[in-house]
Amino acid sequence: MTYLADVAALTRKDLRVELRAGDTLPAMLLFVLSTLVVFHFALPEGTGDDAAYGLLWVAIVFAALLGLARAWVPEQEHGVLDALVLAPSDRSAIWLGKTLATLAFLAAAQVVALPAFILFFAPLDLTAIAGVLLADIGICAVGSLMAAMASAGRSRELLLPLLVLPLAIPLIVGGVGAAISPESERYLLLLALYDGVFAVLSWASFEYVVTEHSS
Amino acid sequence: MSTSAIRSVPGLALLTAGLMGSALVLALIVVPEDADQGISQRIFYIHVPIALTAYFCFGLGAWKALLLLWRGEERHDLESYVAIHQGTIFGALTLITGSIWAKASWGRWWLWSEDQLVLFLVLFLFYCAYFMLRFSLEDGPRRARSSAVYALFGVVLIPVSFLAIRLAEDLIHPTVFTRDGPQMSGSMFATFCVAWGAVTLLAYVLYRVELAGKRLDADLRDLREALP
Repeated sequence: MTYLADVAALTRKDLRVELRAGDTLPAMLLFVLSTLVVFHFALPEGTGDDAAYGLLWVAIVFAALLGLARAWVPEQEHGVLDALVLAPSDRSAIWLGKTLATLAFLAAAQVVALPAFILFFAPLDLTAIAGVLLADIGICAVGSLMAAMASAGRSRELLLPLLVLPLAIPLIVGGVGAAISPESERYLLLLALYDGVFAVLSWASFEYVVTEHSS
Repeated sequence: MSTSAIRSVPGLALLTAGLMGSALVLALIVVPEDADQGISQRIFYIHVPIALTAYFCFGLGAWKALLLLWRGEERHDLESYVAIHQGTIFGALTLITGSIWAKASWGRWWLWSEDQLVLFLVLFLFYCAYFMLRFSLEDGPRRARSSAVYALFGVVLIPVSFLAIRLAEDLIHPTVFTRDGPQMSGSMFATFCVAWGAVTLLAYVLYRVELAGKRLDADLRDLREALP
């Protein structure tokens, strides 16, 4: 139970920092809305809805990357990550807390972005929205680990998209498939499989990424 | 690496050259031409062994990465890196030979309906990012561990991507390109096995040479630091 309490405390900390500073969420929101407007002009007249669904996924992935790039910045600035690693809790709780906070930001951005997409482009059915939610989980789980890895590097903003995009390809396949394929269950299954496998892998390997010495 | 281990490399290299030569002779001259695809099918004896070797190298890299995280022995870091480096080289060769084959068979350099080619493109991008990650972190245990974690993600990504690409193909290309060639005859299979052995041995020799060079490099650096 203490594990869950730790996770809740860490998530709450991130949400509170965001509420007070407002660094990430407004940027994500504005980014996703401007991207949708850019897409309207990028798509030739009469392209059809299928192309728009594909572009929605580009917008979602890049908005998530924007949020993830900021994810560990507060921890980096004042050496908070070192303090968290020293704290008497399981290190994977730090990853889970960060994943949940990023997921909350991404979901909040989508609460505005998805209705805007429906208004501007094409309708979304329930399976498409389920696909978005499942893909959010996967991209936040993998992304918060990758962002922690990249944050130690010299060129972290540059590195993060390079690390995450190849890993996000199955998510995009699943998300687009859930939106446009008649057999959308298979794509939802793929997304669920991805989430399960990569969440466990990220959860298990986070400790190795943030600690300096073998313990 | 001990000196005796390094001494065995020239012998192995010679063996590789011999095996590779005989594989080429078998593939280009001895084996009968494929009735269906003609001469372009002969690239199969090089392309498929290279692709299998690339998978093998990625697998080896992930295995060494797992050993590093599990046992904490530092030498596995370099071994994992060198294996992935070899895998990326063979992966690039797979992309090139696959493109040539696609051009010869279907008249197009790139086909998104070819699962294996697309998978190799995804993996190639993934492992290029591995090098970006490695070169942007400072040398030390943290770099070793981050690289190892990323290498482990790679072997998990292979089956998941394959599944996704299979699904996407149905989505983007309703008509799947099936390649029901004739059953492989005995001599074809034998040629394939020789070529596979030759390429695997080549990868192993390159792995050993690169590892020896990198270790020498590290030793030299340590020596320089030790000197006043």
